[in-house]
Amino acid sequence: MSAALLQYLFSGLTSGAIYALAGLGFAIIYNASHVINFAQGEFIMIGGMASATMVAAGVPMPLAIVLALLIAMAVGVILEKFAIEPARNADVVTIIIITIGASIFLRGAAQIIWDKEFHSLPAFSGENPIAVLGATLMPQSLWVVGVAGVVIVALWWFFNRTMFGKAMLATSHNRLAAQLVGVGVKKVLLASFALSALLGAVGGVVVTPITFTNYEAGIMLGLKGFSAAVLGGLGNGTGAIVGGLIVGIVEALASGYLSSAYKDAIAFIIILFVLFFMPNGLFGKRGTDRV
Amino acid sequence: MQKLFKWGATAVVAAGFCAVAGTANAADPIKIGAFLSATGPASFLGEPEKKTLEMYVHKLNKDGGVQGRKIELVVYDDGGAGDKASTFAKRLIESDKVDLIIGGSTTATTMAAVPLIERAGVPFISLAGAVVIVEPVKKWVFKTPHTDRMAAEKVFADMQKRGITKIGMISEDAGFGKSGRDQSLLVVKNYGIEIVADEVYSPKDPDVTAQLTKIKNAPGVQAVFNFGFGQGPAIVTKNFKQLGIAVPLYQSHGVASKDFIKLAGPAAEGVRLPAAGLVVPGQLAATDPQKPVVTAFKKEYEEAFKSDVSTFAGHAYDGLQIALAAILRAGSTDKAKVRDEIEKTSGYVGTGGLVSMSPTDHMGLSLSAFHMVEIKNGDWMLMKD
Repeated sequence: MSAALLQYLFSGLTSGAIYALAGLGFAIIYNASHVINFAQGEFIMIGGMASATMVAAGVPMPLAIVLALLIAMAVGVILEKFAIEPARNADVVTIIIITIGASIFLRGAAQIIWDKEFHSLPAFSGENPIAVLGATLMPQSLWVVGVAGVVIVALWWFFNRTMFGKAMLATSHNRLAAQLVGVGVKKVLLASFALSALLGAVGGVVVTPITFTNYEAGIMLGLKGFSAAVLGGLGNGTGAIVGGLIVGIVEALASGYLSSAYKDAIAFIIILFVLFFMPNGLFGKRGTDRV
Repeated sequence: MQKLFKWGATAVVAAGFCAVAGTANAADPIKIGAFLSATGPASFLGEPEKKTLEMYVHKLNKDGGVQGRKIELVVYDDGGAGDKASTFAKRLIESDKVDLIIGGSTTATTMAAVPLIERAGVPFISLAGAVVIVEPVKKWVFKTPHTDRMAAEKVFADMQKRGITKIGMISEDAGFGKSGRDQSLLVVKNYGIEIVADEVYSPKDPDVTAQLTKIKNAPGVQAVFNFGFGQGPAIVTKNFKQLGIAVPLYQSHGVASKDFIKLAGPAAEGVRLPAAGLVVPGQLAATDPQKPVVTAFKKEYEEAFKSDVSTFAGHAYDGLQIALAAILRAGSTDKAKVRDEIEKTSGYVGTGGLVSMSPTDHMGLSLSAFHMVEIKNGDWMLMKD
C-alpha cells in the first residue's frame, strides 16, 4: 500500500511542478504592475508549440528551444508595446481585461500560424521510468521540478541583487516615486512582460514532453497556474511553487483515495478554504493601503 | 406543398417560393447545407469533414453535376458551439433554403439543431457519434458514423473471445468519454465481463498515474479499457507503460488516427482498438467489399491535402454519397421524397462500413463495420480472430 501512496505522491509531484511553473509567470507581472496577465498560459503554449513544431521540422532541439524562447519573448514585448502600453493610464482591471482579449487573440493566431493538432517533444533524458520502492517516476518530471527550482533561485537573484530587478520592485511599490528617482518605468513594464513570457515559454518547453501541447493548451495551464499563484500568495515566487505542488498532490491523493470524479472539486475546496482564513494566500504579504 | 400551408401566416409567401421551386428547371443547383466545427475544440472532426465535402462537390461539379444539375455547397463553421449550430441550421433552412443538411460534427451541435430541423422537415445527415441522435428514431435525422455503444460492444466481444472477465475502466470525464463510459456500463453485462475499477480523468490532466495505480491494484484486472479522445488517451497510454501494467490496454475508436501513435510514441505498441476499415485499407481481405472504396478515398484525400486521411473525413464522404444517391433515386430534391430514399439506403458500401438503413435504423451500420486493430511498429495491424 505504501508503494501506492508513493505513486500518488509522484503523480502529484508531476502535475504540481507543472502548475507551479505556470504559476511563477503570474508572479512576475503582478510584481511589476499589479496586473494579472491572463495571457500567461498562452506564453506557455507558444513556448511548447514553437519548439515542438521546429523540432518536427528538423531543427536540432537545443536550437529550437532557444528560438522558441526568443519568439515568446518577442510576443511578450509586442503585447506590452501595442496592447498594454497604450492603456497605461487605465485601471488595473481594464488592463486585466485587455490581457484576456490578448489571450484569445494569441490562441486564434496560433491556430492559423501552426495548426490545431497536438504536438509533442521528445523527453530530455529518455522515456525509461525511474523505479523507487515500487513506484515509478519519469525523468522528465524531475526536469520540471529542477527547472522550477532553478527559475526560483534566478528570480530571487534578479530581484534582490540586480539594479534592474530592484528597479522593477520599486516600480511596483510606487510608480511615481520610482520615476522621480530615475527609474525608466516604461522600460520596466516592457521588461516584465518579456521576462514572464520567457518564463512561460521555459515552462512550455519542459512540460510539453509530458502533457503535449496544442493551440489551446494555455487555457488549462493558465488556470491551474493561476490557482497555484493565488494559493501561494500572488506575487510570491516561492508561494507559486508551494501552491502548485499542493494543488497537484491534493488532486492525486484525492483520485487515489477518494474518487477521481471529484478530484478537481476537492482541490478547489482546499483553495477556497485556505483563502477563507488567509486571504493573501500562504506566503502573501498582508495588503496595506495608505490612507 | 401540403406541409407548407400549415405555416399559417407565412403560407402565402411560402407558397410563392414553392411555386417557383416547383417549376424549377434542370439548371437550378442542388443546394446542400452544412454546419461543421471547422474551428474550436472539435476542429479535428470538422476540418477534415469540411475539406472532404468541398473537394467532392468541386469534383462532381467539374464532371457535370448530378442529373445535369450543379451542386451548391453552403458551409458554416459553428466552432463546436451548440447555440451557433442551431443558428446556422436556422439560416440554412430559412435564408439559404437548402435541400438537405449535412453536419453537426459533434453530438452536442447535432442535437442543438435537431428540433429545428425536425420542425422544418429537411433531410439531415449527422456526422456525430452518440446513439441519442438516432435512438429514438427521428423522422428527418440520419447519421453516418459508428456509435460509441458499437465501439464498446466490439471491444467487449474481443475481450470475451480472449477469456477476459474482469477489467478496469478509465474514461475522460467529459463529452465523448462520458457518453462512452455510460454506454459501456450499459452493455458490458451482455459479454459476461465485470468492471472492477471505474476511474475518470479530466480532459486536460497532465498525469493519470494515480487513477491507473488504483486500477492496477484492483484485484483480478485482466485488461484496461480507456474511452476518450485528444491528448488524454495518449497520456493514459504513456502512464500505463510507465507503471509497467502487464495486462492489455484497449482504446476506443476515438484514437483511430495516426496522431495518437505519434503522441504516445513507443508506449502505443500493443494497444488494441476498434477502427473502421479506412485505417487499414491495405490489410483488408481482397474479397472485402469495402476495400476498393476505402483505398480510393484514402488515395484521393491524401493526394489533395497531403495529410493522413482520418475516419472523420470518411463520415463526411459517406454522408455526401448517401445524400446524392437518394436525390438521384428520388429524381428530384423534393424533401419528403429524398428523406424516404435515404431511409431506403441499402447495401451502400462506404468508408465506415456496409450501410443498410430502415424505418427503425437511421444509421444502418452493424458491428462488422469495425475491425479490431493492434498497434505494431508504429502502425495499425488487423488483429487475427
